[in-house]
Amino acid sequence: MSLDRATVARVADLARIAVPEEQLEPLVGELAKILAWVEQLAEVDTGGVEPLRSVHPIRRAWRADEVADGNCREAILANAPERENGFFVVPRVVE
Amino acid sequence: MGWTIRGRTGEWELVCGLEVHAQVISKAKLFSAAATAFGAEPNTQVSPVDAGMPGMLPVLNGFCVEQAVKTGLALEAEINRVSIFERKNYFYPDLPQGYQISQYQKPIVGRGWILIDLPDGGTRAIGITRLHLEQDAGKSLHGAREGVTLIDLNRCGVALMEIVSEPDIRAPEEAVLYLKKLRSILRYIGTCDGNMEEGSLRCDANVSVRRVGDPNFGTRCEIKNVNSMRFVAKAIEYEAKRQVDILESGGVVEQETRLFDATKGETRSMRGKEEAHDYRYFPDPDLLPLELDEALIERLRAELPELPDAKKARFVRQYGLSAYDAGVLVAERAAADYFEKVAAGRDGKLAANWVINELFGALSRRGLEIDACPLPAEALGELLDLLAEGTISGKIAKDVFQKAFETGRGPREIVEAEGLRQVVDAGAIEPVVARLVAENPQQVENAKKNPKVVGWFVGQVMKATGGKANPGLVNDLVRKALGLE
Repeated sequence: MSLDRATVARVADLARIAVPEEQLEPLVGELAKILAWVEQLAEVDTGGVEPLRSVHPIRRAWRADEVADGNCREAILANAPERENGFFVVPRVVE
Repeated sequence: MGWTIRGRTGEWELVCGLEVHAQVISKAKLFSAAATAFGAEPNTQVSPVDAGMPGMLPVLNGFCVEQAVKTGLALEAEINRVSIFERKNYFYPDLPQGYQISQYQKPIVGRGWILIDLPDGGTRAIGITRLHLEQDAGKSLHGAREGVTLIDLNRCGVALMEIVSEPDIRAPEEAVLYLKKLRSILRYIGTCDGNMEEGSLRCDANVSVRRVGDPNFGTRCEIKNVNSMRFVAKAIEYEAKRQVDILESGGVVEQETRLFDATKGETRSMRGKEEAHDYRYFPDPDLLPLELDEALIERLRAELPELPDAKKARFVRQYGLSAYDAGVLVAERAAADYFEKVAAGRDGKLAANWVINELFGALSRRGLEIDACPLPAEALGELLDLLAEGTISGKIAKDVFQKAFETGRGPREIVEAEGLRQVVDAGAIEPVVARLVAENPQQVENAKKNPKVVGWFVGQVMKATGGKANPGLVNDLVRKALGLE
């Protein structure tokens, strides 16, 4: 898989990582190497093999419909940069 | 419904499908044990899982799964024995995880259908493409203060069922009927309360148009935020006409997301407001494939109540109602139950008329739901008995109904206390008839030429007796006095 600067910039943007312009080119090289290494897996013929969805030996782990968490607003808001009347305050989004 | 848009260059047809987000009724959230109740203080119903704290793991609420399966069964849909939860990646402050756990390639429920009830009493099938389980996001409050948005994560992580219809809707009003029917089914089976004001039921519409007779679909736009029954038809109609205008002026409809503005009654582009999405779905490694066994599915099937369509057919069969009246009565399960209590051992059609015309009318004037009806079904039944026995006339019955509805007193008690019994004694009515005949010689002459004038005399007698005289008896006595026998 070939990689260009635009793709790397887009991936960084989607991941919310600010990458300075001058670091884009080195990242293209590094990411290309990682991808090439992973692509070795494509050499294995997996035609007709169902995807492995989980490696856990259990088939079902459901919880009962019971309220047993929450009611811990202080802890939830503890890391908020800003709060107001129990709300998180963030820079205005959309309209 | 034969709905088309007449443009400058010809007739256009609407092609529409709906995506409905229905909040699942459950005590706890889909993947955490925090509460789901509406209206709590902000951020008090948030677990570290919902807040996206590092290292927290989602654990599936089995009851939410059952609710989704039940809904699928009620929509006569395929239940997929294995479905997969995937991460839908997007960055927004109302979803601290940075991704929504949803289902993409393998949803829990596949194809099904809904019968919508048309105004002429007929029905039409609208296909269901799929139903999948996913997490709701938190709530954003804009405008409380300049330049900021307030975030409440109480709703974040509550289970949603996204129910996607086929593009089978051909008229704006059909979209409303589809929503009403879906809401009715969800409320019957208790998987969603259907409260659109509180946002438990939310709707987006995919709208495109094509020339009548064209087998191909046009480019569609997704209309967000059509969150009331009133606005669904308006939004779809506006958008369809907008697209016809564009196409007829030689333009091209761009595939995009548009927002319905209820105050302006128009849709507008959200382009620029939302960045290009790249959801990068992939199976959530924190969750097992969702496997369902036959025993569970059969238990849930057995738990389903009689659904609106079956109840409607039974009402037509058992009580001799019209399809339309039966459809009105079964829309709400509580109303159907109320009707059946009134109809038990009585004339079903008469019971239906009173429930639909008088009771529903009185409830809507007072802005009440059937659950809060001040008149018990037994009391309305008693009123119908008084009518059937001939104790009161139909006109008096309507007055007694109003009094009983407003005061909660029993109809029989009202009739006795206020002396509203029908006068069936000819001896009490004859002098009134005789007086009216003597006072109106001209009308007596008229009546001999025009039998309709008999009705005028009957009306005068009824008026003079405060509506208490038995109308049949009055009719006989008037005809006799006029020598028309």
